[in-house]
Amino acid sequence: MTMNIETRTYKQADYKSDVKPIWCPGCGDYHVLMSFTRAFAQLGLPPEEIVVVSGIGCSSRIPAYTNCYGFHGVHGRSLALAAGLKVTRPDLTVVVASGDGDGYSIGGNHFLHACRRNVDMTYVVMDNHIYGMTKGQPSPTTEPEFDTALSPGGTKVRPFHPLVVALASGANFIARCFSGDPNQTADVLAEAIRHPGFSFVEILSPCVTFRPDEKAWKEQVHAAPVTETSDQGKAARRLMTDDGFNIGILYRGNRTPYQPAAGKSDFDLSELEKDFEL
Amino acid sequence: MAASPSISIAIIGSGGAGALTTVDSLLETASTAGWHGLFTRTMGPQIRGGEAAGLLRLAVHPVECPPERYDLLIGIDWLNAHRFGAEIKAAPQTLVISDPRGGDLPPMVTESGARVVEVPMKDMAKAIPDGRPNMIALGIAARLLGFTAEQALAPIEKRLAGKGAAAIEASLAGIKVGFGAAAGIDFGKQLAAPEPSKGRRWLLSGNEATALGAMRGGIRFAAAYPITPATEILEWLAPNLTKAGGALLQAEDELAAINMIIGASYGGTPSLTATAGPGLSLMIEALGLATAAEVPVVVVDVMRGGPSTGIPTKSEQGDLNIAIYGMHGDAPHLVLAPQSIGDCVFTTQWATYLAEAMQAPAIVLSDQFMGQSRAAIERPADVAFIGARAVARDIVGTYKRHAIAASGVSPMAIPGTRGGQYTADGLTHSERGTPTSSAADHMAQLDKRRDKLDRFNYGDHWATVEGDGDLAVITWGSLTGAAREGIALAAADGIKVRMVAPRLLAPVQPERLAAALDGVKRILVVEQTHGAQFNKFLRAHYDLPAPVRVFSRPGPLPITAGEIHRAIAEWR
Repeated sequence: MTMNIETRTYKQADYKSDVKPIWCPGCGDYHVLMSFTRAFAQLGLPPEEIVVVSGIGCSSRIPAYTNCYGFHGVHGRSLALAAGLKVTRPDLTVVVASGDGDGYSIGGNHFLHACRRNVDMTYVVMDNHIYGMTKGQPSPTTEPEFDTALSPGGTKVRPFHPLVVALASGANFIARCFSGDPNQTADVLAEAIRHPGFSFVEILSPCVTFRPDEKAWKEQVHAAPVTETSDQGKAARRLMTDDGFNIGILYRGNRTPYQPAAGKSDFDLSELEKDFEL
Repeated sequence: MAASPSISIAIIGSGGAGALTTVDSLLETASTAGWHGLFTRTMGPQIRGGEAAGLLRLAVHPVECPPERYDLLIGIDWLNAHRFGAEIKAAPQTLVISDPRGGDLPPMVTESGARVVEVPMKDMAKAIPDGRPNMIALGIAARLLGFTAEQALAPIEKRLAGKGAAAIEASLAGIKVGFGAAAGIDFGKQLAAPEPSKGRRWLLSGNEATALGAMRGGIRFAAAYPITPATEILEWLAPNLTKAGGALLQAEDELAAINMIIGASYGGTPSLTATAGPGLSLMIEALGLATAAEVPVVVVDVMRGGPSTGIPTKSEQGDLNIAIYGMHGDAPHLVLAPQSIGDCVFTTQWATYLAEAMQAPAIVLSDQFMGQSRAAIERPADVAFIGARAVARDIVGTYKRHAIAASGVSPMAIPGTRGGQYTADGLTHSERGTPTSSAADHMAQLDKRRDKLDRFNYGDHWATVEGDGDLAVITWGSLTGAAREGIALAAADGIKVRMVAPRLLAPVQPERLAAALDGVKRILVVEQTHGAQFNKFLRAHYDLPAPVRVFSRPGPLPITAGEIHRAIAEWR
C-alpha cells in the first residue's frame, strides 16, 4: 500500500477570494481582512478547513472575501450558528466575525452564552461604535453624547463594555486590537485561534464615513500597560479601569473547552426501540 | 354482561396526586395483556397543585381519538375537577368512584345522572405505611377492568425499581386494598377479549415517536430550548443522540436553537430542533435563511393553543398559517403533519429524508394531543427513508454551490472539501453564492428553490386516502384518527364517506388531490382552529370540485369522532 502524503504550504494570498470587498475607501475592515488572511497563513491552516461565520453589517461581509468556507447568516445569530457547526465538526477551525451592532445589540444574549459555553472558536468583533450599513445610528458602544439623526443630542445611554462582559461570562481568551496595526492584529488572531475554548478579540476598526472622528484612534491606542494574565480578578480590574484603547492580549484563561462526548457511530438504532417494546 | 369493544376511564386528582401515573400504568397493564389504548393527560400549566386528570381509552382496535363519554370516573379528589367539566363527559351509565373526603362532586357528575359509589381512598391509604390514594384507585380500576392486582403492580414495580422494596411493597398493599374495595362494585361493563397481536407492540408517546423517527431518518444533531408541549422530544434525543455518535446542544433561546442546527447542517450533519408556536415564531427568520442558503433542517412544532402563550398544555391546529406562510419573501419549504402517534415515526423520518434530499427546511406539525398522549400501537414498519444529501466531491474548477440543475438540487460542498469553498448566504446570490441584486440571478434562484420542491416525486405518502363515498372528509394531523372513526360510525348508518388527509401540506399537490376527490359531490373540511385556517389554505391552493362545509373549532376541547359523525350526517 502506498500512501500519498502531500504537504501544502500557504501564502496569505491563498486565503483571499476574488470577490471585491464592498466597504468604503479607508474602512478599518480592509485591514481586518488582511489580518485574517495573515493569521491563517501564519497558522498554515488549509483554507477548506476554516469556516468564517458572520451575521449582518459591514463587518459581517468578511466571509465572502476570504477563500475559506463561509456563512453569512442572519443578524446577530452568528455565534449560535458557529456553535452548532463546531460541536458537530470539531476538526474545523471556526472564526466568527461580527460588529458592535450585530454582536452586542441584537446578538447580545448569544455573546453571553457563547462565552459561558466556551466552545473552541474565535469571536472577532469589529467595533466602530456605530451602525454603518444603515448609515449612522448609535450602537451599544456609541458614546452617550454622540449626535445622530436617530438620537439627536446623543443617546445619553452608557456604552456597553464588551471585554468586561466577556470576562464575567466566561470567555477563555480576551484581547483588544486596532485594525490600523494589521501585523499585531494578525499575531493576536493567530494566538486567539490557537488558544483552546472561546476566544474573544475586539478590534477597534474605524468607520471613516459616519465616524470621521475615529481617524484619531491611531493616536489614542497604546500597548496594554500590564502584561497579560490568567487571573480573572486582575483582568477584571484592568478591564474595568482601562480607557478603551489598551491593545493586546488582556486575559488568557485555562477552562476546558466544551465539546459534547461523541458516542459510537456504528450504533444500531434498533437498540432505541427497546424503550418502547411491550 | 355484554363485552364492549372499547372502555374509557378518567382518574382525577390535584396536580401531584398521581392521577397521571396511575392511568399511565393502567395503560401499560392493559397493553401488555393485548389491548390497544390511548392515554391522554389533561392539566393546567402547573407542576403541583391545580388539577390533573388521566384519560384512558382501551379498546380491541387501535385508538387514535378520545371517547365521547367516560364509562368509569375515579375522583381521588374533586378540588379543581369543575375545570374538566367540558372535557370529561359522564352519562347515566357512567360509574363514578368518589372519595367522601375528596370535596363536593363537580357538576359534570351531579348533572349527568351517573351512579356514584363512595370509597374512602384517602383513609384507606392512611392505614398503609407510605400508602398513597392513587394506588387504591389503581387497584379499584384494575379489578373493575378485569385485571389482577399483580398485573396492575407490574408497571409500578418497573417505575419504582430504583426506590427500593419498601416503596414497591407500599404500592402493592395499596393496590390490594383498592382491589378488595372494588369487590362489591358492579361496573356493568367488560372489555371484549383482545385480538391476537400481529407483531411486536410498542407503548410510546407521539413526542417519543417523533424523536425516534428523526433518528431513523438520520438526524444526528439537535439544538434544544425547552417548551411545552415539545420538550419530551428533546429529552428523549439528549441521551440517544449521544449513543449514536451525535450530540444535543441546549440553546439560550429558540433564535439560537434554529441557528445552531443550520450551522450543524451546513457542516454536513442532519439536524433538528423541536418547539411549539412561540418558539416557531422566533425561528421564522432563520428558516428563511435556511431556505435561501439551501441548508436542510427539520423543525418540529408540537402545536398548542395560541396565539401568544395561549394554552400551553392543550392541542390546537392554529400554527398551520405560520408554518406555511410565516417567512418573509417567497420562501418555498416543506411542511408535513403526522396523523397519529405511530405516524409520528414515519412522518418525521420522511421529513428528514425530504429535507436532506431537497436541501430545504421541513416543518413538522405535530400537536399536544399526539405529542403528549401515550398509546399502545403495532410497531411502525421500517421504511427506507434515510436522509442522504447530494454532496460535491472531487471538485475541479470553479465550484457553483447554487448551480441551476434540472432537478433544482445542486450538490453541496461540505467544509473540509478542497476546492468547494463558498459562503452560504441569506443575501440573494449568484450560482456561485456571491451576493448580487441582479434581477436575473434573483429570478433564477427563486425558480430553483421552487422547482426542486415541485419536481420531486413524493409518491403515495403525500396523504392518507381511504374509502370511496361521494362525500369526502378532508382533514389533517391528529384529527385523522377522529375522522376515520367518525366515518366508521357513518358507515354503520349506511353512509359511505371517503377521507383525504394530506401528510404533505407544502408543497401542495393539486393533481393528487384532484384524483383523490374525483367524483365527490360534497366536501366536509374538519380542523381544529378558530379561523378555519385549513379550509382557507385548501381554497387558496386547490380547486375543490364540490360544495364545501367546514367543521372547525379551536382547542382546548378535542374534536371527537361522534361530532364528525354528526357533521357528516348533517351534510346530506
